[in-house]
Amino acid sequence: MSWPALYAQLVGANRHSTSLGKVWLSVLFIFRVMVLVVAAESVWGDEQSDFTCNTLQPGCENVCYDQFFPVSHIRLWCLQLVFVSTPTLLVAMYVGYRNHRDKQRLVQVCVNKSQEEELETLKKRRLPIAGALWWTYACSLVFRLLFEGGFMYALYVVYDGFQMPRLVQCDQWPCPNLVDCFISRPTEKTIFTVFMATASSICMVLNMAELAYLVAKAVTR
Amino acid sequence: MPTLHATPWRLVKVCHMTHGARLQCFTLKWPANCKGGAERFPSSLDSHPCQTSGSALSSTLPPMPLTPPAEPDPEPKMNWASFYAVISGVNRHSTGIGRIWLSVLFIFRILVLVVAAESVWGDEKSGFTCNTQQPGCNSVCYDHFFPISHIRLWALQLILVSTPALLVAMHVAHRRHVDKRLYRLSGRSNPKDLEQIKTQKMKITGALWWTYVISLLFRIVFEVTFMYVFYMIYPGYKMIRLVKCDSYPCPNTVDCFVSRPTEKTVFTVFMLAVSGVCILLNIAEVVFLVGKACSKHLHNAGDSTMGAWIQQKLCSY
Repeated sequence: MSWPALYAQLVGANRHSTSLGKVWLSVLFIFRVMVLVVAAESVWGDEQSDFTCNTLQPGCENVCYDQFFPVSHIRLWCLQLVFVSTPTLLVAMYVGYRNHRDKQRLVQVCVNKSQEEELETLKKRRLPIAGALWWTYACSLVFRLLFEGGFMYALYVVYDGFQMPRLVQCDQWPCPNLVDCFISRPTEKTIFTVFMATASSICMVLNMAELAYLVAKAVTR
Repeated sequence: MPTLHATPWRLVKVCHMTHGARLQCFTLKWPANCKGGAERFPSSLDSHPCQTSGSALSSTLPPMPLTPPAEPDPEPKMNWASFYAVISGVNRHSTGIGRIWLSVLFIFRILVLVVAAESVWGDEKSGFTCNTQQPGCNSVCYDHFFPISHIRLWALQLILVSTPALLVAMHVAHRRHVDKRLYRLSGRSNPKDLEQIKTQKMKITGALWWTYVISLLFRIVFEVTFMYVFYMIYPGYKMIRLVKCDSYPCPNTVDCFVSRPTEKTVFTVFMLAVSGVCILLNIAEVVFLVGKACSKHLHNAGDSTMGAWIQQKLCSY
């Protein structure tokens, strides 16, 4: 169970999205999940082992690292991607429920051979985004926006901006006094943080555009 | 031995409880001079009479696959992906709440465990530092305070919690096997009908209902047991920054520092919250199934004695 499995689930749900939704899914998987897996994880790979403090006091590095990095960027992004992908599954569940209900209705009405062909077309058809499906879809978009915004805000608050400092000063016990601690690869981490934040904003813009499109479509109808 | 001038075949009535809890009976021909097995299903009327009299008992037990038939794989891998393939096969016979539970399990527990939590606990031993240079003290203190790592406990919990669903899969396979036999014996053995048995969705009634409810109760028991074990081993759910250790060979009481305690606390709380959500979903599913059974038998109370019995058993409190 990993990113490919999640991708398989979401692609199945993709059939009932608008075109903007399909673009959003591609941006999510290419510019965020793939970049996370192939690039960002190796940049943050040695974050604790290469976190060096100017002291020989055992335990000081552990404690200072824990104070300045309560939750690592990588884990925050993983959780963000998991949470942001989940509302799409709401839509998939609703579509599954609708298909099940229509299938039962069909079984009761038709009793002849054309039933099988009807069932096949039922499975393959694409539901128009109207009525209860519209509301489910709009809710999933709102939740996506909330999760994206929430996680970006959390990252900004925990790390005081998107820039990774080179040096932090720490005086937690058991550090003997104020010690300098040096972070590994700060510039590379800053670049990737900015990149992921940008990709996240693009996704938010796409979601807002999709929501506006749905609302406009419903209003004109 | 005197030969009997009886007909070579005798007629045997075989009855079976269908999914809708109705009794369905067939009349079959069974070789008259065969002993034993007559009251059970004969394996095949085309086979030599009495061939299976010794093995009639074994032939009545259908093969019970633990996993749905998979494509031939030269190297079956034991990882979460193959586990996912096995468990999601059960999905078709679950209720709506059961499907939601399965999605929550796979997305918020297994996926988060694999992509995030495992890297947080990855350096738990190498990052565990004690304020001493005494060799062996680090290892001994780590072992004393972390008898079993959180990650391993969660992996065991997820495996044990998902497994009762296989009880349901086994029961469904057994039912399908029985149905196939009945179809064949009653003459409806064209491949289309047999295919239909494979693809039809079983209704959760009769014995399958009991299997399903028992599997749900087992799930709840396993979840709660693991949460309790967690609390006993790591009281308070919070990961401490510093532990004081004086096991041999540490010279005196030494300070040992745990790596990434805050991040570990965040993930522990997250995993426990999702575990709580899963317990609630399972309880809701049990209540839903019991309510559905009660209302169904209240409606059918006048039709059959079985309905009255169940109504009395389930709804009389």
